[in-house]
Amino acid sequence: MITRLAAAARAAAALLLFAVPSLHAQELVAVPPLAAPVTDVAGILKPDQAAALDAKLRAFEQAKGSQVAVLVVPTTQPEDIEQYGIRVAEAWQLGRKGVDDGAILIVAVQDRRVRIEVGYGLEGALPDATANRIIDEDIVPRFRAGDYYGGISAGVDRMLRVLEGEPLPEPASRSPAHGVPGLFQLLPFLFVAVFVGSSVLRSMFGRVGGAFATGGIVGALTWLLVGVLLVSVATAVIAFLVALIGGFGGGGGPGRGGWYSRRHGGGWGHPGGFGGGIGRGGGFGGGWSGGGGGFGGGGASGSW
Amino acid sequence: MRTFRVALIAFASLFLSACGYNTLQVQDEQVKSAWSEVVNQYQRRADLIPNLVNTVKGFAAQEQAVLVGVTEARAKATQVQVNADDPESLKQFQAAQGEVSSALSRLMVVVERYPELKSDQNFRDLQAQLEGTENRITVARNRYIQAVQDYNVTVRRFPTNLTAMLFGYKVKPNFTVENEAAIAKPPTVDFSTPAPAPQAAPEPAPAPAGN
Repeated sequence: MITRLAAAARAAAALLLFAVPSLHAQELVAVPPLAAPVTDVAGILKPDQAAALDAKLRAFEQAKGSQVAVLVVPTTQPEDIEQYGIRVAEAWQLGRKGVDDGAILIVAVQDRRVRIEVGYGLEGALPDATANRIIDEDIVPRFRAGDYYGGISAGVDRMLRVLEGEPLPEPASRSPAHGVPGLFQLLPFLFVAVFVGSSVLRSMFGRVGGAFATGGIVGALTWLLVGVLLVSVATAVIAFLVALIGGFGGGGGPGRGGWYSRRHGGGWGHPGGFGGGIGRGGGFGGGWSGGGGGFGGGGASGSW
Repeated sequence: MRTFRVALIAFASLFLSACGYNTLQVQDEQVKSAWSEVVNQYQRRADLIPNLVNTVKGFAAQEQAVLVGVTEARAKATQVQVNADDPESLKQFQAAQGEVSSALSRLMVVVERYPELKSDQNFRDLQAQLEGTENRITVARNRYIQAVQDYNVTVRRFPTNLTAMLFGYKVKPNFTVENEAAIAKPPTVDFSTPAPAPQAAPEPAPAPAGN
């Protein structure tokens, strides 16, 4: 009886869950995946033109840290370009996380609409009025004359010029692909892992043996992740001391060890998330991705 | 002793994660910050209006009625003390902001008759800011609606509804759909329809003129 009640409740919950998403059934224009600063779905840019824009925008990101992208689509119907633009912004997440310094120039060729979508952090440098002027004065006249590349290029140039003057945090140096900052993000997990792992190892190898094992493993892992010998030796020593002194005194029973390692196995799963944070090192050719910047619908739109 | 401690940890982690207490905390906080953003953007619009009215006055002083309408609607909307958890209060807030939207769209219709005003750079900047702000309002409202929806699902879904009941988390009211259609649209400029009522379904907005 009780199991049947529970099953009914679960079914009801499932119904409640599935009833919600079906509201968005209308077919919307898909947001293309972000692979480079210039995404031309409509195919109005010649390869060399796209490459020139691409190089300019990558160079700007290198110098300034801000991410500016260009997207050309045939149409955004049934949505307005504003609605489509915010979806693109939310999907691409251009700009650095916390700085939110991304911007997107969106052109919908058949709709004859153009929009500059501005991230939170750039709303001061590139306010709506300025975005509107760029559209009015630089982009629309050239588009009217049929010069798409000229319009996009002039618009991008002026956007970059405006953003150039904005004091923003320095771009992060990405020379070591996996820098020491990665270690700091990992530190909490490392600490927990040492704490837990050491008690398990101690129960297997005894106090000193377990501490040695812990130190060795941590040192090897750090060496693998960071690649700096000094840092990994230091962490190994620290881990050794923590394992030797701290922990849950005495070797734990095998049952407890098993439980801990299972629970904190999830802790070690986090390097996935951390890799994503660092993996943003776009700009070295090849892939390009957003850095987690936020957009709130700022910017301006125009028609030609 | 040890088994007791393990049991305690197990219980606490089960209680905190499986019963959705933490989820409730996170989603409640998300609703709050989404709401702040909504209020923030409406406030931004309210701050733009005096400037806009003054600029229009410089070119079209004879349009007294429309200008006064905008100013009054703004004054009324800024007076509304809103409590987003109270459906009545939220409805009032929506209605007041809807008044501002329709007053502004009347103003934008009137503006069309003054080519000099339309080509004034100051006015064009203000118009761009207004459009941008209307768009920000739309985005903020959509995010609020989403946040409330997520929160409400947690509050109503089994088994988290038990936790919600235990700690007094209630379902929150949301923006209503018909108002959504009326308010969320940026002021549209259309010669054929004179000053539509707030409920009149706005036609798929053409580009705000002048660009």
